[in-house]
Amino acid sequence: MTHALVQAVKAAAVAIAVFAATPSLAAEGGAHPEKAGWSFSGPLGHFDRGQLQRGFKVYREVCASCHSMNLISFRNLMEEGGPEFSEGQVRQLASEYKVTDGPNDAGEMFERPARLSDRFPSPFPNEQAARAAQGGAYPPDFSLLAKARTYSRGVWLSLLDLVLQYQEHGPDYIHALLTGYDHQPPEGSHGQTGLHYNPYFPGGWIAMPKPISDGQVEYPDGSPTTVEQYSRDVSAFMMWAAEPHLETRKRIGFQVMVFLIIFAGLLYFTKKKVWSDVAH
Amino acid sequence: MSGHSTYNPQNPVLKWFEARLPIVGLIHSSFVAYPTPRNLNYWWTFGAILSVMLGVQIITGVVLAMHYTPHVDLAFNSVEHIMRDVNYGWLLRYMHANGASMFFIAVYIHMFRGLYYGSYKAPREVLWMLGVVIFLLMMATGFMGYVLPWGQMSLWGAIVITNLFSAIPIVGEYVTTWLWGGFSVDNPTLNRFFSLHYLLPFMIAGVVGLHIWALHVTGQNNPTGVEVKSTSDTVAFTPYATLKDGFAVVCFFIFFAWFIFYTPNYLGHADNYIRANPLQTPAHIVPEWYFLPFYAILRAIPSKLGGVVAMFSAIIVLFFLPWLDTAKVRSAKYRPLYRYFFWIFVVVCILLGYIGASPPEGLYITVGRLLTAYYFLHFLVILPVLGLVEKPLPLPASITEAVLGPNHGGVSVVPSSSAAAPERRA
Ligand code: HEC
Ligand code: HEM
Repeated sequence: MTHALVQAVKAAAVAIAVFAATPSLAAEGGAHPEKAGWSFSGPLGHFDRGQLQRGFKVYREVCASCHSMNLISFRNLMEEGGPEFSEGQVRQLASEYKVTDGPNDAGEMFERPARLSDRFPSPFPNEQAARAAQGGAYPPDFSLLAKARTYSRGVWLSLLDLVLQYQEHGPDYIHALLTGYDHQPPEGSHGQTGLHYNPYFPGGWIAMPKPISDGQVEYPDGSPTTVEQYSRDVSAFMMWAAEPHLETRKRIGFQVMVFLIIFAGLLYFTKKKVWSDVAH
Repeated sequence: MSGHSTYNPQNPVLKWFEARLPIVGLIHSSFVAYPTPRNLNYWWTFGAILSVMLGVQIITGVVLAMHYTPHVDLAFNSVEHIMRDVNYGWLLRYMHANGASMFFIAVYIHMFRGLYYGSYKAPREVLWMLGVVIFLLMMATGFMGYVLPWGQMSLWGAIVITNLFSAIPIVGEYVTTWLWGGFSVDNPTLNRFFSLHYLLPFMIAGVVGLHIWALHVTGQNNPTGVEVKSTSDTVAFTPYATLKDGFAVVCFFIFFAWFIFYTPNYLGHADNYIRANPLQTPAHIVPEWYFLPFYAILRAIPSKLGGVVAMFSAIIVLFFLPWLDTAKVRSAKYRPLYRYFFWIFVVVCILLGYIGASPPEGLYITVGRLLTAYYFLHFLVILPVLGLVEKPLPLPASITEAVLGPNHGGVSVVPSSSAAAPERRA
């Protein structure tokens, strides 16, 4: 056992050494996002309610004019583990939106105020309309975007990410993208007309104009009204939207781990006792 | 499953039942009284781990199927419905998705264990070949399962892999159309993949039954590779192996739980959280990690047909392994040269995986070709020749001697060919 284990470790070491020697995967994403540091990272991570509420405000007042979020219902905003707005607040909010329902008894579609169970209404009736309004580009739906975006960290760092539980590639990328509009394009790099330079976007040229500027959204809780703060808050909100049970998952995970480790310990000593009369 | 049982029920009801259907006796002889070599190490616990993981996959899979909709317009959202609205749906899905990866980690360790200790050699050839059948079924199941959430990688992975069949001469096009149920990967494809993904694990369960049956006919191999010769070489399955396996399974679950609860999307691909779109090809189409070495072999050959043939041969060659390896001695412990070639082979497989994940350009192509050549060289040249030229180290007379030292050679020495069901011969 020990012999084979030592051999296995050796083989793994050789394999890793060869990885390190080979040129790492070309990073097509361009600039690497910086780790922004999130309250929801790590084994005990949890969302910051205030941050999710602010992030939602940014989404609603800025991003929602272009981006849909059609897997989220109004009721989700008051559920445990999310922004946890009060039921009254969410009812009030929903009633400010109009949704199409029907057909009614006369066979006609009609508009009514949204209810808690309704999904967030989309800014455009369909993808074509969205593209037409954005010069051909499609603003992706927000519901899963924080899990649908990542950036490559190469073999070494990826192995480390597993051990250190770095899982926030998506929010880090979005945060970097939103704060990354003020860079100058490198000499000789030209995007098509209508595209904006952003070193964090794969290829460097993005159809989304700089979406948010300092002071654009008011914060009732006195948090700084800067692009830096807005992007953190909206990225955290998007992570919640993509993984609404993240908090429960980590909480249960901790309990499961404690249980399994104790159980393994008990089994180990039982096994040891039973095997103590057999040389092996 | 080794013949007549030592099970003697005293309870009249059990007695009555046993006389009519001796299933309790079968279980008793297979999992309680079954003699297992006393010197097995933890690499031998992966069979139990695999059995448990198969159970985990089937149970989570059946419940997921209650909430999943196999339709191109609904599949993606139905998975998100599971993640968001079904009670503990996120747990079920993360267990199932990561469970597949755990299953492959365990099966690769299990197979390399077999390679190291020569477990595929006579009299265990059929046992080994059933294992390869299980492996093939697992790959088919894993591939079709990944298509079900209907994200970008689901669709494009399915397109790449099913297109391979069009390389078959003459009938290729017909076969591909037949597989698709149309002229592209579309709703009929998703429907049949769901149906098959539900079916195959039960076929795996059936073959695992045969696999364990064959195991219990020949008895287990062990780290010395020397057959069981007397009762002093073995211990009863329960409590010895049961507890050791149980401990290993719980340790494996700790590893599994790390993925489920803390890094659930680590082994997946971010693009699969984007709904499938036949009009938009992702920048890199990469299969799941467990297919990467075979994907590298596929791409190493410049012709499409050649690549497909090489890829399938890489697995088919395993069926012939018992006859390609000419060495009489089983365990690498006593094979000074094979031991090195074994570890070289392990490294080659890992590197093939790395090449499979890299873009097919420049140096990666050359290295991929060299590694592919070595993969086949290992089986077709090195193993046959090694058995003829290598001088094995002296073998212990018995397992007992290997454990306790000389002069403990066991009580009654019987020829190794009658090692099966040793409890009746001791
Ligand atoms: C004027 C419309 C508009 C507004 C407002 C807007 N976006 Fe966008 N967004 C777009 C378009 C168009 C794209 C697609 C860009 C492309 O594909 O080049 C996009 C893409 C994105 C992407 C994906 C980039 C990628 O990797 O594909 C993110 C993330 C994003 N927007 C975040 C935001 C956030 C956060 C806000 C609010 C602060 C916001 N957007 C406001 C139009 C908008
Ligand atoms: C679903 C997948 C599988 C399950 C559930 C399974 C289960 C088992 C179990 C319970 C054992 C006995 C315990 C042990 O020796 O580890 C075993 C032994 C064995 N398996 Fe598997 N197995 C699977 C796949 C495979 C594959 C893919 C191979 C190889 C291609 C394989 C080859 C073997 C061999 C050779 C043995 C005998 C090992 C020995 O006693 O030395 N198995 N299997």
